[in-house]
Amino acid sequence: MSVLKQCVRNKKFLLSAIILIPLLFVALFGNLLISHDPLEIHATQTLAPPSQEYPMGTDEYGRCIACRLVVGIQPTMIVAFGGTIIAMAAGSLLGLLAGYTKDAIGNAIMRVVDVILCFPSILLAMLVVGLWGKGVVNLVVVVGILYTPHFCRIAYSSTRKLRKMEYVESQQLLGASTMRILLKTLLPNIVSSLIIQFSLTVSSGILLESGLSFLGLGVVPPAPSWGQMIGDARAYIALNGQYMFWPSLFLCLTILSTNLMGDALRDVLDPKLKKSF
Amino acid sequence: MGKFFLKRILTAIVQIFVVVSIVFFSLQIMPGDPVLMMLSRDGSAVDQEAYDALEAELGLDQPVMTQYTSWLAGLVHGDLGKSYGENRPVVDAIGDRLPRTLELAVVALVLACIIGIPLGIISAVRRGGILDLLLTLISSLGNSVPVFVLGYILVLIFSLNMEMLPSSGFVPLARGLENHVLRLILPSVTLAFGVAASVLRMTRSSMLESLGSESVRPLRAKGLSKSKVYLKHVMRNMLIPVVTIIGLQLGNLIAGTVLCEAVFNWPGIATLLVDAINNRDYPLIQGCMLVLSAIFILTNMVVDLLYGLLDPRAR
Repeated sequence: MSVLKQCVRNKKFLLSAIILIPLLFVALFGNLLISHDPLEIHATQTLAPPSQEYPMGTDEYGRCIACRLVVGIQPTMIVAFGGTIIAMAAGSLLGLLAGYTKDAIGNAIMRVVDVILCFPSILLAMLVVGLWGKGVVNLVVVVGILYTPHFCRIAYSSTRKLRKMEYVESQQLLGASTMRILLKTLLPNIVSSLIIQFSLTVSSGILLESGLSFLGLGVVPPAPSWGQMIGDARAYIALNGQYMFWPSLFLCLTILSTNLMGDALRDVLDPKLKKSF
Repeated sequence: MGKFFLKRILTAIVQIFVVVSIVFFSLQIMPGDPVLMMLSRDGSAVDQEAYDALEAELGLDQPVMTQYTSWLAGLVHGDLGKSYGENRPVVDAIGDRLPRTLELAVVALVLACIIGIPLGIISAVRRGGILDLLLTLISSLGNSVPVFVLGYILVLIFSLNMEMLPSSGFVPLARGLENHVLRLILPSVTLAFGVAASVLRMTRSSMLESLGSESVRPLRAKGLSKSKVYLKHVMRNMLIPVVTIIGLQLGNLIAGTVLCEAVFNWPGIATLLVDAINNRDYPLIQGCMLVLSAIFILTNMVVDLLYGLLDPRAR
């Protein structure tokens, strides 16, 4: 049975796709959907309850919460997906290389990459962002660096197992270049475990970005981000519950569906693990 | 055995050394001038003489390597320098804050184990039942709700609506046990939830695995009662992965503590670090990063050592 068919039959996969696809759509085309400028300040109608014009009410500056919510998904998604793509590219390349070359070089690469794992991830991110400056680009780089070791380890251990296989040796005898063996022979064999790690890392990335934005170390205000909106809303938790409720709900839904997607992909792509869950 | 222990301990020491060195040098190449930050917060012009004097007083006019070696020499003697902002030794500032953070984290970890392990066992024993489904659902929620969202939900329910617990703050133990514990409940429960969810999942799957193993059936066949098989034979096999997952949760626990302290105004070491970063208080940043990374690395080491003790194959 093809992978796609299995995915569609998996209930977890379907459920998470139903939540994630509209969210990704909003992230991509959100700017076309909003009727108010998410940065526009109205001093006369702060913390207003929901109305026809403002379906989710307004925040402490009178800005439309619904519009900010729609735009606020963008930095979260850019950081989570952008960072994870960087981490996956760098990590799997390094891991393939380390697994395939001589033991001494491979070990050296792994030790260097492992240094990143010595830091508790949020502390390293706080340090870099706090001193180097806030902003989406820095966050993407930080997430990319932080999660490189995870991909690197997966690629490394799989490559170590595969490199003595006959089909790899036959490629060597045919005179294929190292790069060709890495990308055309070895990579397709480890791609399923990389995809599983990808979805797990995206959800960690979302958590990290929202946490940093919540602490005021993420996106630069006044541009919105969900974590930052929750952080701003805490002062008004008793006055206007809506303000806190919506970003929290959507943040949880996003993380929940990415986690579900990861579970589903693991069920489909890694049948060995299936029985335990 | 001894060799495995020695190797693991040495690795941890090297890791700590590498981490503090990276933090030290990365602070040097980061933009921003702490002397300028101290003299004028608003960016107004600074008297050159005052600048030079302060720079010399802080030792920042020395070459980087000299600063590095003198900081390392101080570290060996337990001296982490003097905080720019707090105007007292870094060791004292950390000494004030660290016990509070540790208290929060340890209480949360214990809570997570008390909740997670038994529920995981129940979930595995009643596999496929309604209770199992419910617990699996709650545990996947636990991994998806960020600490700060959960914290505010609990504040909304228990302090704003029911007015049972104070919403935030910290009261030292010396000023009354009751007040101290009341303010500890919400943050520690918030922090424990996510960890408990992971512990539950791991307990469940590893319990299922050891229930299904070949060694269990003959025990039942020879007439041992169900509870005896579960408690004596299945539990022991299942504990190894659970110990690992508790260790692996430590990174999440530190991340959770950072956010939890912000939500509940808990004056711990994470809050200290955030303030230090905002003030570019280099000695304090170095000290906090050293302590937190050392805790992280050392607990990972202890977990590995425990793992080696429980499962000789891992050595």
